[in-house]
Amino acid sequence: MAAYLLLGICFGIVLTKSEVLSWFRIQEMFRFQSPRMYEIIASAVAVAAASVALIKRLGLKIVAGDPIAIPPKILGLGVRYAAGGTIFGLGWALTGACPGPLFALVGNGVTVMIAAIASALAGTWLYGLLRPRLPH
Amino acid sequence: MAGFASGPWPWYVAGPAIGLFVPALLILGNRLFGVSSSLRHFCSAIVPSRLEYFRYDWKQSGLWNLVFVAGILIGGFLAAHWGAAQNVAISGQTRLALERLGIHDFSGLAPREVFAWSALLTVKGFVSVILGGFLVGFGTAYAGGCTSGHAISGLADLQLPSLIAVVGFFAGGLAATHFLLPLFL
Repeated sequence: MAAYLLLGICFGIVLTKSEVLSWFRIQEMFRFQSPRMYEIIASAVAVAAASVALIKRLGLKIVAGDPIAIPPKILGLGVRYAAGGTIFGLGWALTGACPGPLFALVGNGVTVMIAAIASALAGTWLYGLLRPRLPH
Repeated sequence: MAGFASGPWPWYVAGPAIGLFVPALLILGNRLFGVSSSLRHFCSAIVPSRLEYFRYDWKQSGLWNLVFVAGILIGGFLAAHWGAAQNVAISGQTRLALERLGIHDFSGLAPREVFAWSALLTVKGFVSVILGGFLVGFGTAYAGGCTSGHAISGLADLQLPSLIAVVGFFAGGLAATHFLLPLFL
């Protein structure tokens, strides 16, 4: 667990130093007024994709010895991805933060984001309640 | 080097650094890089519930994620105290557009006139923090992932569901930015 804590700390530093946790950067992105966020996302995906391809090619195992396997996401009707994704997108632009940055912002002293996290927990709970009745 | 370490990182350092969390977590313990599932694990851990969605062994499947998220908070704290605080150098166009919406304070990571406890019960504070947070929680749970789980991990593994989700992220984000923000800021 100490390794996950350390990786989390690194991620919090990266989110801060990259400024992707900034409401201002998110606004700049959704207004297409700077390539910065797109360059960050595209290069992150490229590095992650190359790593995943390499892991699969080499058949790498985890530190504990089991083979690495990424479970495929189930498409179903696809409604959950389109509708859920759009709902999250609305919240992303309103708060200027996705879940990782919410926690990093609290660490950065924007403590009002504790209220945003509490509200996000309420939103997650409501999904759990409505889940049997929602199209997926 | 000191300047590099203290100021904001250029995109070609920041982006690849984010991408490397995917192989790091896979190799460490077959864990898929993603943050929003921590919200589900939190709910499962703290709210006793008979809802099926929250009935699973969160310690077994989610404790690593909660520890990772605690690390994110600590990392944000450390980074904030590392190097001089700087304003986020957004483009002049964005600054102008935001000024037209009534934003005056461009210091810090988010406008203080909106993101402060004292503004929480104003319309703009409530919509941005409480409503926005709620939609983040509901939307990521419904979609089964957020920017990390879908946009980074899912796209990196070439998964179609993640591509649909990411298109949704941007559809929602563009709609909120261009149609909702002018209504309440």
